[in-house]
Amino acid sequence: MLTTNNVWMMICTGLVFFMHLGFAFLEIGLTRQKNTINILFKNIFIITIGLLLYCLVGFNLMYPGEFNGFLGFAGFGLDAPRDAAGALDLAYNEGYTYWTDFLFQGMFAATAATIVSGAVAERMKLGPFMIFTIIYVGLVYPIAGSWKWGGGFLDQLETPFYDFAGSTLVHSVGGWAALVAVWLLGSRIGKFKDGKIQAIPGHNIPLATAGVLILWLGWFGFNGGSVLSADPALTSLTLVTTSLAAAAGGVVAFLVSTLAYKNYDLTMFLNGILGGLVGITAGADQMSPTDAILIGAIAGGLIVAAVAFIDKIRLDDPVGAIAVHLICGIWGTLAVGIFGELAGGAQFVSQLIGVASYAAICISASFLILFILKKVAGIRVSETEEIEGLDSHEHGMSAYPDFRMNEH
Amino acid sequence: MKKVEAIIRKSRFSEVKKALHDVGVNFFSYWDVTGLGNEKKGSVYRGVSYSTSDIQRRYLSIVINNEFEEATINAILQAGKTGEVGDGKIFVSEITECYRIRTGEKGSQTLK
Repeated sequence: MLTTNNVWMMICTGLVFFMHLGFAFLEIGLTRQKNTINILFKNIFIITIGLLLYCLVGFNLMYPGEFNGFLGFAGFGLDAPRDAAGALDLAYNEGYTYWTDFLFQGMFAATAATIVSGAVAERMKLGPFMIFTIIYVGLVYPIAGSWKWGGGFLDQLETPFYDFAGSTLVHSVGGWAALVAVWLLGSRIGKFKDGKIQAIPGHNIPLATAGVLILWLGWFGFNGGSVLSADPALTSLTLVTTSLAAAAGGVVAFLVSTLAYKNYDLTMFLNGILGGLVGITAGADQMSPTDAILIGAIAGGLIVAAVAFIDKIRLDDPVGAIAVHLICGIWGTLAVGIFGELAGGAQFVSQLIGVASYAAICISASFLILFILKKVAGIRVSETEEIEGLDSHEHGMSAYPDFRMNEH
Repeated sequence: MKKVEAIIRKSRFSEVKKALHDVGVNFFSYWDVTGLGNEKKGSVYRGVSYSTSDIQRRYLSIVINNEFEEATINAILQAGKTGEVGDGKIFVSEITECYRIRTGEKGSQTLK
């Protein structure tokens, strides 16, 4: 059974890895072509450095074994358990080997920083972003993760906080940092002009669409792998709830935005799908198909309202990361107390405690890191650089050197 | 020699090209241009409505001998017309000299 389980877990690891391509496509698609290299650079930096940091400290911060519930550390590097003969100890877990465990969780870790990358696109300095990523992925994400998945205090509540695959632990952790970063950075030049909200259309909608479909596929691994074995009933249910929530989220966001704005906006349709996916993530193994559709549908409606609201309070989030990952992450987490097998007052309170705990650590940690970086080095590129594009200034190249219709 | 420049709708380009070929005008240059004008287009992106006055058109530059002037202009006037506002403009100007780079020859035979 371990062999089957482990194969499934490695497939899921590959699918979660593939999500990084989805994020990269989505982010460059919804921004302008002059900043494409910069976004790709950040995303490649996140997945590479993220994995190395997870190997160095992250894995053992997130899964420290017995600890005080808030902060524990099992030592640097990877230390695979050995059996008497010196071979890898397969008794580690029934669902996966030590190596699979590390790599699967490592793929998750980088996702949190990728969420921030999209929100700060087109105006944040690369250096400070990289420093932020190192601290956030290397320390904040795994410490916060240990509170629940590492067996920490949120797992020890009388009614344990529940987050199946990371509506809060991954998506809100990224979303809170995105919110703080967008607030400290300020909006892109031209986003709020003459007291009015201006549209800054993305430059490659086909890529954004490919990105969303790739993310949906990747989510089969993100949620399906969070079963932590190849349990036939749970993995198949999880894939069904995941897909139904994605579909419902997309359709509702499409309908609401079409009714509200009299326009078939594909980007809202796409964000709605992602909202549904983030929403179902906290309880994907606890929901019936009907629950999943309702959770996805509400997430889809939330997306349209949240995108408008974030614009209204003058925060500039080019790809809708705050609406998708933070708002729908919170919604999905709370939904575990409202729908499905675990629904109930006590569970809802635990979910609220979880959301509040993560808000506290993520807001304070990201504010501290970014505020210091802002004071010491500055986190925003110069006006010239922003207008001419980060690609030519930070990287000295263009994403499409032989194909440039718009200089800026 | 004359230069006939025309700004036309992209959607009329293939008809204009055929009409020019029909009157014996077989070589010219063209490129896509963006201009400003009276036409305003409303769009909505992620819940924010905006209007753009940018207009996409195709720009033709045709250098011909004098006897082709009338036929060329008529071809564009007829093939480029839809009757709606925004069909475009034609500009005619004098060309003082023309050289063929390969041979160095000059004058009206270079346009044949």
